[in-house]
Amino acid sequence: MSHDRSLEERVDLTLSTRPEGERTVVAVGGEIDVYTAPKLREHLIDLVAAGSYHLIIDMENVDFLDSTGLGVLVGGLKRVRSHDGSLHLVCTQDRILKIFRITGLTKVFPIHATVDDALTAVD
Amino acid sequence: MATVDVSFSPLPAHVRTARLIALAVARRVGVAEDMLDEVRLAVGEACSRAVGVHAELATDAPISMRLSDDDQCFAVEVVDVGPLDDDPLEARFDTVDGTVDPSAWDDEAADSVPAGFGLVVIGGIVDELVVTSDAAGTHVKMAWPVPPDPTGQT
Repeated sequence: MSHDRSLEERVDLTLSTRPEGERTVVAVGGEIDVYTAPKLREHLIDLVAAGSYHLIIDMENVDFLDSTGLGVLVGGLKRVRSHDGSLHLVCTQDRILKIFRITGLTKVFPIHATVDDALTAVD
Repeated sequence: MATVDVSFSPLPAHVRTARLIALAVARRVGVAEDMLDEVRLAVGEACSRAVGVHAELATDAPISMRLSDDDQCFAVEVVDVGPLDDDPLEARFDTVDGTVDPSAWDDEAADSVPAGFGLVVIGGIVDELVVTSDAAGTHVKMAWPVPPDPTGQT
């Protein structure tokens, strides 16, 4: 049995991406913190570099989010906006929504209850 | 009175461990279940901030976290070796009307939250937050109430 596990395997964050028409849905699971946030940041950078400018971040399976994670989401928002794109969030968990409310970021990110709602939202 | 002292290297990977320890002790001393998420978030923010401070100072000195329980209060103190900003709760974003303007954030650090942001988050969820500085560094102390144990045991 190999003990040479990669860094990615040890990171407690899962990312799954699928296209939905002109938009790209990124389903995030696990914890977004100072340790795992770089993985999400790199993923968003790669998506924008590949031409995905309209992103939906599905956070329903996110167990923990801190200000480092918020910074990555803001960074993603700034990147897609520089291409006239958009970044919508999907989240109904109050413990996650609370940090958006505390920081006032509920006024910056469009936050939806379902991916379908986000897909039909007008930018 | 229960006291747990933790000292950890200033690495992002250890912040999760610190959160889990704080959560376990908070649950053990009887912090209300509906406050445990706040404990986890606040401790994570304090430890993340400390890790960032040590990274800026390029020091591998350990970060200390003390968890204590007395007077029906659960307290967590995170200590880093850095100096305290003049106004640690001042962040570079507009909170006058509760609106954040990310465009004002530093473009070169588009994925980094402004200095003080973590403390603003802690201040938003913790009623008792005290940030002080001394020769040892900066202390971020947070506290939550612990309801009396009806059995009289701790």
